[in-house]
Amino acid sequence: MIVALTRFTASLGAGVIELCRGTGALAVFVAAALRHLITPPFYPVELMRQIRKIGYDSLAVVGLTTLFTGGALALQIYAGGSRFGAETVVPSIVAIGMTRELGPVLCGLMVAGRVSASIAAEIGTMRVTEQIDALVTLSTNPMKYLVAPRLIAGTLTLPLLTLIGDVIGIYGAFLVGVHRLGFNPTTFLQTTWDFLQFWDVLSGLIKAAVFGFIVTLIGCFHGYNSARGAQGVGQATRAAVVHASILILAANFVMTDIFFS
Amino acid sequence: MTDATPKIALERLKKSFGSKHVLRDVSLTVAPGTSTVIIGGSGTGKSVTLKCILGLIVPDAGRILFEGTDVTRAGGRVRAEMLDKFGMLFQGGALFDSLLVWENVAFRHRQGADALSKADARDLAIEKLRRVGLTAETADLYPSELSGGMQKRVGLARAIARSPEVIFFDEPTTGLDPIMADVINDLIREIVSEMGATAMTITHDMTSVRKIADRVAMLHNGVVQWEGPVGEIDTTDEPHVRQFVNGLAEGPIEAIR
Repeated sequence: MIVALTRFTASLGAGVIELCRGTGALAVFVAAALRHLITPPFYPVELMRQIRKIGYDSLAVVGLTTLFTGGALALQIYAGGSRFGAETVVPSIVAIGMTRELGPVLCGLMVAGRVSASIAAEIGTMRVTEQIDALVTLSTNPMKYLVAPRLIAGTLTLPLLTLIGDVIGIYGAFLVGVHRLGFNPTTFLQTTWDFLQFWDVLSGLIKAAVFGFIVTLIGCFHGYNSARGAQGVGQATRAAVVHASILILAANFVMTDIFFS
Repeated sequence: MTDATPKIALERLKKSFGSKHVLRDVSLTVAPGTSTVIIGGSGTGKSVTLKCILGLIVPDAGRILFEGTDVTRAGGRVRAEMLDKFGMLFQGGALFDSLLVWENVAFRHRQGADALSKADARDLAIEKLRRVGLTAETADLYPSELSGGMQKRVGLARAIARSPEVIFFDEPTTGLDPIMADVINDLIREIVSEMGATAMTITHDMTSVRKIADRVAMLHNGVVQWEGPVGEIDTTDEPHVRQFVNGLAEGPIEAIR
């Protein structure tokens, strides 16, 4: 009985210690990353490569996700609105829902799956195969060469992806609205345009920038601290996707609370 | 040669990972222009010793002197200036797989204030590749397209690209067939004597030791058990060295079966 109790409290304690250790390590990593972000040397070629990989290569995923979600959103709002004769709110609610919430969050989550995982796997493999050590011996700071370009690329490209996602999502709702729900195309677009405020879009883009930072940061952090072997890289990849996704949703709640209440 | 300041001096280095004491008390001096080989079984701290010198691992206690200057905890500019005089061949090559072979070899030449133009860096890389017996055609391949032996040579070309004063070789012949191993040994010997560089090599390949060493240090249990000229490894009666050189299961080094 006492043994079982001790074992239980010990495992609880170990979990708490591990959480504190992880949080502390992440904080130290963030501080180092931010310092290296603003001090030379900079690696513009690497930055361009990462912008292409994180931003451009995610376009298809983001486009498809937001297109279908926009369509589904239109159907749901129409069905819900019809219960109290308010079917006409579809364009305005889609516009708000897409720009404020779904655009940035969906982009963030899709990029978390794609980019966090691939960054963690790439940097983790570099760690395991001593490529990171090799960088150091070639007088190149891995934080500057590997981490900084990815952080900048993520923070810059996610708002752009989100902006594109917003447009495609609203277009998805437009297609469904016009072809399935019988909206007049001109009225649909006019309502969307009239209703939407600049802040709706901007708040979503600010969220997206934060998500872009989170996604790349968590990918880099787990890759950088990857354990040895293929298993270590696998664990780093999984942890990166899970942690990035949770952090995105938590950050989304906090920012929504700050922006809109 | 020994009266000059040692190129590298290790003084009573200690390093533990958790409860595992990898380096207990490592002291070693390396004279300029000599080739020292560190031998010892797996997991005896050979790699950790080299990584401590490079600053990749910070020792718990002890001092590391480079040309008489304490660099144990050096960072920033001091470390960068020191590392510019170093070249390292990693065990697995550690080539950057997102970069072409020539970009790997000329990596350092494409960074910093004194960066070469793309064409010049490529020419230099091809010259270094020739030096290690690779043709210009390999320059535009990715490392993953090369065989293990070729990757090792590219790693060697990268290590010597900036004509370093000190070169470290981490198990240069592990995983190579005997002929390729001999080629690499010859290359290391040639490069070291030709460039006048100071070399430190980790290996457990005795053929390699006899071919490239001036001096040999035997590391076991986190302590340098024996250190001396290569000619004495067969005559010494130090039990660790005797057991290792002759490849015996019986002796002070416990073989786990």
